[in-house]
Amino acid sequence: MSASLLYALAGVVLCGIGLFGFITLAHLLRKLLAFNLIGSGVFLALVGLAQRHGEPDPVPQALVLTGIVVAIAATALAVVLIRRYFHLSGLTTLKPEIREDRAE
Amino acid sequence: MTEWLLDGLLIFALLATAVATLWSRDLFRAVVIFIAFGLLMALAWVRLRAPDLALAEAAIGAGLTGVLLLDAARHLKSGRSE
Amino acid sequence: MRRSVGTCAVAGVCLAFVITLALAVLDVAETPAQVDLPGLLSESMGKSGVEHPVTAVLLNFRSYDTLLEIGVLVIAGIAGISVSRTTSLEDPELRTTDTLLYALQRWFVPLMLVLAGYLLWAGADRPGGAFQAGAVLAATGVMMRLGGIPMDFLRPGTLLRLGLALGFAVFLLIALASAIGGGAFLAYPPAVAKQLIVLIETVLTLSIAMVLLALFVSAPVNRAEEPGEGESP
Repeated sequence: MSASLLYALAGVVLCGIGLFGFITLAHLLRKLLAFNLIGSGVFLALVGLAQRHGEPDPVPQALVLTGIVVAIAATALAVVLIRRYFHLSGLTTLKPEIREDRAE
Repeated sequence: MTEWLLDGLLIFALLATAVATLWSRDLFRAVVIFIAFGLLMALAWVRLRAPDLALAEAAIGAGLTGVLLLDAARHLKSGRSE
Repeated sequence: MRRSVGTCAVAGVCLAFVITLALAVLDVAETPAQVDLPGLLSESMGKSGVEHPVTAVLLNFRSYDTLLEIGVLVIAGIAGISVSRTTSLEDPELRTTDTLLYALQRWFVPLMLVLAGYLLWAGADRPGGAFQAGAVLAATGVMMRLGGIPMDFLRPGTLLRLGLALGFAVFLLIALASAIGGGAFLAYPPAVAKQLIVLIETVLTLSIAMVLLALFVSAPVNRAEEPGEGESP
């Protein structure tokens, strides 16, 4: 077990934490933070697993560099959408659907 | 031995800041801890011998994303309430 | 009661996911790689035109990924700008009266521009390149925006459209030119590979900075009146 493999496993745990937060947290901005955590975990797992023998490997580093830039573009777009949603509806969470068959 | 200690502490700090970001009471505090998480990720990239990724993570992950989310957190607090 | 049972169920699923993924990672770590990618890479570095391996992979060996990535960025920029509702890009309440920020701006903006140029140039033979330079350039724009400096090039118009489209357009043109010239799509002629890479990285930096800045600036929603159907904002 080399140090890079430890980072890969840490990335996997980060994915799990992010996934749990993404599903359970209600506030949209916190869901966005959890989504970013999942992304960072995936990047760590990618690079850590490929470099498990210790030498730097340029190909996964290039892929993760692309991933970091795309992640911030997606985050910025999500922030625009969340703010627009807040501007129009005043809510910071998604409204639960009203189910027809439940007698409230 | 010291390398294992450094890596272990860094990974522990990464996971601790991740948990603290998602479950802290205040939204502003959550975003600030997320910026700290970004900087710790930059350190992790340095330990993984990826200086390009460290540069990009420090500039983009901690810097730009942090400013964007801070701005959003402030606007979501003020403005029309639910 | 139902909520905590649901949360426990989700926690259990996430734990199972983490354990499965960790076992998969450990299993992959056991198997040796079938292709020695770093070895192949170091053999072909001479034909790539740059000395830094990550830059060579990004802009030569896997340039298709970078082309698609800048395309994705342009789409995100277009979507973000079209959803936003900014009444003015010179929000008076943003113009700062904080003398410290004003002083810092005067020092930092030229420094950051020089830093962006250095990062772009250094990408050829040491860590750096278009993405890092574009990020620093976008950060310069964000700092100017926070200080309330009016930025005319972000007004919806020709300059904004040019800046957003330039990176993707030039990259695509170069890719198609080599396809029309008889080689493969995105195959640079080895003699001019270095110059082409420098050109592509420059326009890529500008485009990335423009997209990130447009997404950041278009986010604020002023308390503006919504225009009716069919009226322009």
